[in-house]
Amino acid sequence: MSFDVAALRAQFPILSKTLGDKPLVYLDNAATTQKPQAVIDALMDFYTGTNANVHRGAHHLSDEATRRYENARDTVTKFINASSKDEVIWTSGTTESINIVANGLAQQLNPGDEVVATELEHHANLVTWQQACLKAGATLKIVPVFDSGELDIDAFDKALSANTKLVAFPHVSNALGTVNPIKLLTEKAKAVGALVLVDGAQGIAHGGVDVQAIGCDFYVFSGHKLFGPTGIGALWGRKSVLETWPVWQVGGEMIKDVSYQEATWGQLPNRLEAGTPNIAGAIGMGAAVEWFMAQDIPALQAHEKALLDYATEKANAFDGLTIIGTAPDKVGVLSFLLDGAHPADVGFILDKQGVAIRTGDSCAQPLMKRLGIPGTARASFSIYNTFEEVDSLFAALKKAKMMLA
Amino acid sequence: MDLPSTEDIIDDLAFFDDWEQRYQYIIDLGKSIPGLSEAQRTDDRIVKGCQSNVWLIESYDNNIISFDVDSDAVIVQGLLALVLAAFNKKTPKAILDFDIDGYFQTLDLENHITPTRGNGLRAIVGKIQELARQHA
Repeated sequence: MSFDVAALRAQFPILSKTLGDKPLVYLDNAATTQKPQAVIDALMDFYTGTNANVHRGAHHLSDEATRRYENARDTVTKFINASSKDEVIWTSGTTESINIVANGLAQQLNPGDEVVATELEHHANLVTWQQACLKAGATLKIVPVFDSGELDIDAFDKALSANTKLVAFPHVSNALGTVNPIKLLTEKAKAVGALVLVDGAQGIAHGGVDVQAIGCDFYVFSGHKLFGPTGIGALWGRKSVLETWPVWQVGGEMIKDVSYQEATWGQLPNRLEAGTPNIAGAIGMGAAVEWFMAQDIPALQAHEKALLDYATEKANAFDGLTIIGTAPDKVGVLSFLLDGAHPADVGFILDKQGVAIRTGDSCAQPLMKRLGIPGTARASFSIYNTFEEVDSLFAALKKAKMMLA
Repeated sequence: MDLPSTEDIIDDLAFFDDWEQRYQYIIDLGKSIPGLSEAQRTDDRIVKGCQSNVWLIESYDNNIISFDVDSDAVIVQGLLALVLAAFNKKTPKAILDFDIDGYFQTLDLENHITPTRGNGLRAIVGKIQELARQHA
């Protein structure tokens, strides 16, 4: 295989960090990914050489900042195969992206209308719809998952009806790693005339997202889970839908004409982007996407799959360990429980050995309740993780088991 | 059994030279406190910490503040025992006079188990100090 993980790792300064005398083993990539030097440089370059406000430039620097900022939008447009850059709205991240859609939806929902989501949701793709429905007197229907973490497609079918206004589901489950059949689900939801939002927070960093091929109306994601900075993300929306979508925040940048008593809204994408945007963040996210697109993505995907397969094999052979989430199609996540040990304790002992994982409910409390567990220990892998790091995880787990069980 | 005093705990922990022994000591300390019964572990007694559940029952009687705690995680339970050693069955004045941050620093927890993590420890300390302020 041509893929050279050592060369890839060398581009991420933080990965050579040590904690005490232990090398950092970073297995919390579903929470946030690390940043390559190219992204760090892009942020540094912006502040050292280009910083100015965008879209109002009567001067050189502002033109330059605007050009870089809009180039980043072009990059994201290309990356997800959007049909136009007007469809790519900068947001602070997945959560804000979903809020823009939920806020607009709440204004259009009536009693008797239904929104459909799944048991897999993390809070960002649940509380948003729940509150929109509460506000409008509409009903939120939740599609169950099997114990494996696989979505019950028959139940999904049954949840859909002529009353369904919007269907939301994750591309990939953050807590369990389940990959949903997003094209199939979208097709089914479109057949009843519903809008479709795909929560791409966990899906985007594994490559191959083509919003036109999916056929959904919204695809949302964060920069920081895609090797970019925090505080920046994107809402992709079909132009015909976004053009008339209720505005989110109001203020500068998003208006066309303003008098003291009234205002009219500008064109996409600005009509959904009030105020001075996160310019550096957008440029950083653009750099991250450009960096990612320059990699051999099929090789990265093969590496990620091999890592998860290897970790799953070791987990199955580890006495007293139960994998939580065993859907046939999974990516990036190994959630588990250790007999007789609380996930928080496992996390403490792993941390002491330099192994960073997430413990707890993974911001998906209802899912944990549904599975009848207090939470899990979650190791999540990215393109730069190694087989040796998987070995370190299990060596550390062995010690945790010795001390706790 | 009675918990050791805060001075003894500081001495004991300083004696160990590797983290495993320190963790084991903290785990054992947690196991030595009685905890709460199933019936006492009600939702309204949960102190929110995001990684594990922590329950607290506090009481005030005759100028003495007492409390019982429990956690479903053994290391957190051990950390709670450290707090118990400092605060349990003390007067409001003694609680407010006690330098809890200095105590944690001396225990060298910063390098081992950080109380600022989502383990409910800060919240417990805050609640007890609040109670002490009410009765001071």
